[in-house]
Parts: sequence; C-alpha cells; structure tokens
Amino acid sequence: MWVAALIAITLLGAGVVFLAPNRYAGKLAAGISAVPALISVYMYWVYLTQYGGTGNALLSPGDIAFSQQIPWISLGGLEVSYYVGLDGVSMPLLALTTILTTLALVSAWTPIDERQSQFYGLMLLMEVSLIGVFSALDFFLWFVFWEGVLIPMYLLIGVWGGPRRKYAAIKFFVYTNVASLVMFAGLFALVFATDLTSLALPAMAEAFRNASGLPTVAGINLMTLSFVMMFFGFAVKVPVFPLHTWLPDAHVEAPTPVSVMLAGVLLKMGTYALLRFNFTMLADTARQLAVPLAIVGVVSVIYGAMLALAQRDLKRIVAYSSISSMGYVILGLVAFTPHGMGGATFQMISHGLISGLMFMSVGVIYNTTHTRMVGDMSGLADRMPWTVGIFVAAAFGYMGLPLMSGFAAEYLVFLGSFDAATLGGAAPVLTALAMFGIVVVAGYLLWAMQRTLFGPFAIETDYDVGPAAFHDVAPLAVLLLLVIALGVAPDLSYDMIQHSISPVLDLGGGA
Amino acid sequence: MAQLPSWMGLAPALALGLASLVLLLSDSIDPDTTNTPALAGISVVGSLVALASAVGFIIGGTGVPTSEGGQGTPVLFGGQLVVDQMALFFMVIVASVTALVVLASYDYVSEHSYQAEFFALVMLSATGMTLLSAANSLATAFVALELVSLPSYALVAFLKKNRGGVEAGLKYFLIGAVSSAVLAYGISLVYAATGVLRFDGIATAISSGTIQTIVDGSVQAQSGEPAVPMSILGVGILMVIGGVAFKTAAVPFHFWAPEAYEGAPAPISGFLSSASKAAGFVLAFRVFAVAFPIGDLLATGGAINWVVAFQILAIATMFIGNFAAATQEKVKRMLAYSSVGHAGYVLIGLAAVSASGEGLSFSISAGMSHLLVYGFMNTGAFLFIALAEYWGVGRRFEDYNGLGKEAPVACAAMTVFLFSLAGLPIGGGFFSKFYLFQATLNVGAWSLAAALIINSALSLFYYSRVVKAMWIEEPTGERSIDSYPMGLYTAVVGAAIVTFLLVPGFNQVSEIAFQAAQLL
Repeated sequence: MWVAALIAITLLGAGVVFLAPNRYAGKLAAGISAVPALISVYMYWVYLTQYGGTGNALLSPGDIAFSQQIPWISLGGLEVSYYVGLDGVSMPLLALTTILTTLALVSAWTPIDERQSQFYGLMLLMEVSLIGVFSALDFFLWFVFWEGVLIPMYLLIGVWGGPRRKYAAIKFFVYTNVASLVMFAGLFALVFATDLTSLALPAMAEAFRNASGLPTVAGINLMTLSFVMMFFGFAVKVPVFPLHTWLPDAHVEAPTPVSVMLAGVLLKMGTYALLRFNFTMLADTARQLAVPLAIVGVVSVIYGAMLALAQRDLKRIVAYSSISSMGYVILGLVAFTPHGMGGATFQMISHGLISGLMFMSVGVIYNTTHTRMVGDMSGLADRMPWTVGIFVAAAFGYMGLPLMSGFAAEYLVFLGSFDAATLGGAAPVLTALAMFGIVVVAGYLLWAMQRTLFGPFAIETDYDVGPAAFHDVAPLAVLLLLVIALGVAPDLSYDMIQHSISPVLDLGGGA
Repeated sequence: MAQLPSWMGLAPALALGLASLVLLLSDSIDPDTTNTPALAGISVVGSLVALASAVGFIIGGTGVPTSEGGQGTPVLFGGQLVVDQMALFFMVIVASVTALVVLASYDYVSEHSYQAEFFALVMLSATGMTLLSAANSLATAFVALELVSLPSYALVAFLKKNRGGVEAGLKYFLIGAVSSAVLAYGISLVYAATGVLRFDGIATAISSGTIQTIVDGSVQAQSGEPAVPMSILGVGILMVIGGVAFKTAAVPFHFWAPEAYEGAPAPISGFLSSASKAAGFVLAFRVFAVAFPIGDLLATGGAINWVVAFQILAIATMFIGNFAAATQEKVKRMLAYSSVGHAGYVLIGLAAVSASGEGLSFSISAGMSHLLVYGFMNTGAFLFIALAEYWGVGRRFEDYNGLGKEAPVACAAMTVFLFSLAGLPIGGGFFSKFYLFQATLNVGAWSLAAALIINSALSLFYYSRVVKAMWIEEPTGERSIDSYPMGLYTAVVGAAIVTFLLVPGFNQVSEIAFQAAQLL
C-alpha cells in the first residue's frame, strides 16, 4: 500500500504540475515532491525500527517489507503481477530517490526559465519510474519502470540542455535502449530455458539457481551467455569502461537538476540491477567470472580518474569521477564478502548524495558566473562563501575524508575486496590498484578547487558575482548534512544493508 | 433474459450497414448537403452501436459453446457466416477504428464537397470488414472483401483536386483488381480440389483426402469418394496467400500501401492501415487455421506447407517495412512503411507454428492482440497527421519542429502513439510485441524472434525522430495555429488514453484473444 501511495501521489502530482502555470510550477512541484519524500523517510524509520532483521527481497520473499501483490497479466503460462516490496538494499535507494528529487527540484528554480511546467512535470514523472524501479519485485513491472525512466530523461536533456543537447539526448537514448534490448533478450533466453511460470523476481531467482541441463549456444553455457548479455545491458547504465561515452556528453549538456538525478539516482539503477540480477540471481556465474569483472571495475576506477584529471570543465570532472566511483561498486560486488557487497551498496547511497551535492554546487557556481571552466575564474571564495564552503566540504567527502559517507563506503569496499575468496591471489593487487584511484581523485579535485575557488578574485565573464540565493544553497546544506550523518553513523543504513546482503552470501556457490 | 434470435449476432454489421444506408438516403433527399454534424453524428452513432453490441456479445458469452457456459455460436445462412469470439473480437477493432476515424473526419471534410458520400463509403467499407470477420466460406469472404475494397478505392482518391491522391487511388484500384483476380482464381482452384467453399468442408476434405459436398447443410464425401488433387490445392492455397498479402499490405504485395496511405486523406490512411489490415488478417487467420489445418496438410503430404511461406513473408515484411520507414523524409510516408512493418509482426501469428502444427492458437492470439492495440495507436498516429494537415503543417520531419510548444496535448498523445508503436512500455504496444516474441520462442522460431527484436530497435530510431522534432527542435518557419478542431482532438486524445490504458488492461485483451483463437 505504501509503495502504491508513493507512486500514485507522485503521478498525480506530475499531472497537476503539467497543467499548472509556468510561474508556479517550480514551487508547486517541490511542494508536491516533499510528500513522497516525507512518506519515504517515515517508511525508512519504520523499516529501521521494525524490520531490522529482514532478509533479501529475492531470496526470502516471506520477509519483504511493505509488500503488495496483485495479479496483472497472464501471458500464455507466464504470470505477471503488480508486485512491489522493499528490503535493506532498496529501502535506502528509494529514500535517496525521493529526497534527492525534492532537492533537485528546488535547485531548478534558478536555472530553468522556460517551459517550467513541462520541466517539473517530467521530473516528477521520472521520479515515479525511479520509485518503481527500486521497489518492483516483478520483472515485467520493473522493466516498465526501467524503460519509463528513459523517456522523461531523453526529453529533459533534449529540451532544456546545453548547446549540444540534441546529440547528447539521442546518444543517451540509443545507448541505454540498445543495452535494455540486449539485457531483455539475455534474460528471456534464461526464462524460457527454465520453464518459469511466474516473472516475480523471487521465483526467477529460485529457478535460475536450480537450473540444470541448460543448453549451450556456440559452445558457451546459456547461463554464462545470459549473464554476459545482462551485464552488458546494465553496465551501459552504470556506466563501466568502455561503455561510458554517453555519460560525459549527457552530463555536460543536461541542466544541473537533471545532472543531479542522472548521477545521483540513474547510475544506481545500473548497479542496483547488477546486484539484483547478475549477483543475486546468477550468483554462481558471477563468482566464476569474478576476476574479469573486477578488472573491468578497476579499469573503470583508474580510467575514469585519469580522464577527470584531463578536464577543464568542472562538470566534466565530476562526470568522469562518477565513472571512477562506480568502478568501486563493481569491485565491491564481485568480492562476495559482507563488507565488499555491503560497502558497494553503501557506496551507491553515498555516491548518490555526494555526486548530487557536487553537481548542485557546480550548478550554483555556473548560475552566478556563467562559466564552468577551470582557469576562467578564481577566488570565488570571497564572493560566495557559503557555496564555496559546501563545495569544498563535498570535495573532501569525495576524496574520502573520514566522518563523511564516502570514506565509510570506500573503506568498506577495500576491506571487503582485499581478502575476497572469489578474486583469489589477484585480490590484493586489484584492491591496491583501485586505491590508487583515490589518490588521483584527491589530485584533480584539489587542483581544480585551488585554481577556481581561492586566490585573488578574477573572472572572464561580465556577470556580477555575489552570494547565491538562499533556495540555491539550502539543498546543498541538506545534502551535506546527510553525507556527514551517514559518515558519522553508517549503521543508519549499513545495518539494514548487511541484513539483506548476507542471504546472497549464504547462497554458497560452487566456485 | 430471453434468447435473442441468432441473426442478432450480426448486430455490429447491421448497425454499420444501417448507418451507411441512412447516409445514402439522406444524400438522395438533400444532395450536396454540408450538414457535417448530422452526417458525422449518424456515422459515429452507428459505429458506437456496433462497438457496444460487439463488446456486449463478447462479455455475454456469444461465440462460446454452451458446454463451456457461453451462449453458443450463431451460425447463419447455412454456415456461410459464423459469429464466434474471433469475429466479435475483430468487430470490436473495426468498430473502434471506424468510430475514431469518422469522429476525426468531422473536422477534416467540413471544407469539402461530397461529404455524405464520404461517410457512407467509410461505413460501407466498415460493414464489409465486420462481415469479413464472420465469413465462414470462401464465397462470402470474397464478397465481403470486395465490399471492403471498392469503397476504399474511392476514399483514397477522395481529394479530387489532389493529383497525388487520385494517382494513389488509381494505383490502389489496379493492384487491388489484380489481387482480387488472383484470390478469385485461388478460390476456384481450392473449390476444384475440395468440392466445397465452406471452411469446415475444406478442412474435412483435406483431412480425409476425398472431395466433399454439402447436402442439407452438412458436409459429406462425394459419391465415389474421388481423391483431393493435392497439387491443385497447393497452387490454390498459394494464391489465397497472395490475396491475403495484398489486403494486409505484406511483402510482396505491399507496393500500393505507401502510395495509397500517403495520397489518401489522413483519416482514411488510418482507417485503411488499421481496420482494413485487421480485416485482411481475420480472413487469413480463419482461412489458414480452420480451412487449411497445417497438421492435416503435412500429414497428407504433397500440398504446400504454408507455415514456411508465412515465415518468409513475415521476416521479409518486417525488414523491408522497417528499413524503408527508416529512410523516409516525410512523416506520413514513414508511418505508411511502418504500417507495412507491423503487418510483418502480425504475420508472426501464422508463422510461429512448430513443425507439427502446434502453437497456432497461441501465436494467432498474439497477432490478434497486436492488431487491437495497433488499431488504436496507429489510427491515433494517422489522426495526428490529419490534425497537422488541418493546421497546414508540412509533410517533412522538419516541418513538425517545435510543434510541442503550440499543441502540447496533441503532441503528448502522439508521443504515446509513437513510443507504443516502437514497443516501449508506455502503451499497449510493448505487451503485444512481447506476446508475439513469446509466441516465437514458444515454438523455438529463433529467426522470427531475432527479426522482431532487431526491427523493434530499428523502429525506435525513426519513430523518435518525430518526437525529437516535436519537442526538442526549435520551430523553423512561421506557423500559426489558430484553431483546435474538437472532433480531431477528441479522437486523438481518446485513442491515446485507450493506448495507455491497454498497459494495465492488456490481460483482458489477451485472454479474450486466446480463448477466441482456441475456439477456432
């Protein structure tokens, strides 16, 4: 009921905002989106206090929180239902989605100055789909929401983006849609090979786990083939090197609030799906392929960081560093250790908050200075002290300063991957290489900050640079508080993550 | 409730036919009338009555045997017409599309002469389609098919001052006449080989291997039990496939379709590409599932294996339609070719059958579901084109630039149609395509499944070009939209709502379709 209420309220809100006059659309949308945000915070609290020990939504369906199941479609023996529910992995991601959406909507008040009602309506529509992605427990329902994210995002980049928005929007659309089709085909090859009668995710997990005697296609076991196809599909979304090229384009062209959602939540769709499908349903295959997958993750870490080092555009720097951060998630997932997988999940939340904060800060600076180029400006700290202060704090969070969530997440990932049995002798080497990524992050962030924020004030544009408006800085402050809160008390979500991760590890596995 | 007389089963066809007669009558009383509200009103009422009665019969259980709790299947005129669930299902499609089209035509034809003729021809053609849905013999099927075709030739050429339209109408007529001749010849060969025209009789002839005859309404072996000449039968079946391919605009008889759809008034394009295509498919489903049972045909040997023929046609139609659509510069022509591509998807209904003839009812029901969803999303898309033509927006993709700013509601509806056509889960098109996909995997037809996936991915490319033009591009030239025609808007928005509602409601559609296909 709770999830249905979230979806219904947000959907209804989107409809209202579409019809609202442009002038009021922003305030109205933020106000409406506060309702699902508050509801999900309440749900989070209920979960934290009452569902402490629930297991994994896919592996112990009896324990799912807030679950609801209504039969929907029956297609020739395949039962499809409206089936939603949350566990310790999806609950924090759901809360992240609703909170970040509200903050992103507030941050849009300044930069979005045309067709506002359509902009805010589409943002809310996207929120509907994101809520659905993280709470759906039926493959069909999940896929409807998964694809449903695509259309608003495509329009948000294409209509309100920067100069090369059309190219970026089409590239985003084509990349992610082709990826979805490959993933869809890979998954359904398995569905039909295992004679499933229901598309509920728990049923799929059980059927795939017990599958035997699967056919081989061109000498490769169907399970492995499907795993690779699905990994490809999700890896585009994450994104993982070398499938990442849509991301910098999309980020640079997208308006700030859309970048916030893209980095903060949309990338997590990919890692969340990897965790659910590849690493829970096909855990055995994932263990067998752990080393190559970990290499992919580590290459993403280093490559993303190196590319970030070479950028001048602040937004590009943050965009490339997101690729790097998502590499840690892959590394943590393949470790198949409590801290590895738990840390990876925690990193999803933490990176959602920190990257959202970074993009928002860059956005506020851009709104004032109308440039994002390192070297075009310096000494901003004098003119906009609050913004710069939060920006610096966020950057240190990104670098992994203790008592902020980034530190906890990355520390846990390294702890988990260092002695991962799945990686064997390669574990220490891969972990050490990934740790090197942090050094690079510190390098480029310190360099960029030093050049733009400090020193004597100078700017290449004619705009008047002064302190940002209160409603521009307030979302930054809220995010920073959340980052610090999770850094000081990681158990606010790490505890529930652990409860839901441990069933995945208990699966044992042949490898 | 008292049992209705069995001829009442034809109520949908009767309602449409009556409306067309009333229109013709009013035209003879008051020729050259321009009282569009009255004319369109009669047509809308006629098609809505047809729709309501067809839906009512489906819910009431007409066409389901009494042994299964239904009302029984009305068999009329000595087995020439049969009102089963499949007939009713297609009557629903035809009546819905007709209602949308005549509602939209209210604005579209209001400036033209010969309005009464326009509406009367649409209703006559729709009558033919409903009869075709119920046809149970090759003779009635042929007559009904001509009743569908003849008015549509005239409708394509309705804009007499438009040379493209007249040329398209003539082309359509010529190709249509040739294909009718081919079909009639095929029918005569089938008759020669089996001795009967009724579908059940032909099936009996094929399974028993002896020529049949009909005595007092029941099928019997002819005296002397002469054997069925399988080679003649095979040639006849091949020609029937040709006739069906023409009506459904499938390769290799698809050449008329882009011309006709582009030259015709846009509502008529929607009518032809949705309802007329559906009517062609109901004939195909019924003939091949009932009259030419694949299991018996293969068992006897000698005659043609039509499943292979349809597999080739389906793959060729999908690829040719979609690749041609991807290269178009005009929106209407793109939709015309995409309509050819969709005929390829629906042909999977007759192609996804295993070597032993299993899986047919499942694949046919998938094809039926896709046709129903397609009826709304495709008609809606063409009606949006009608709206654009009404506003004087040009024909190319660029001419649609920035339309979303001026007409957001209509453009949002168009976005739903296009993404649903492409198979994104924003409309019922996703589910019906998935249903077809499942039908192919059900029998292990990997090539069909791959063709379906590849073409769906490709189609997203050209459909999204329209979306991009409407919402993302800036308007290029001067354009002023000064009126928002009520009839067109109602039809477009209504079709969009139904397309969207088919996401949660697809289960009902697929269940009825599956039951209908099983009862064949």
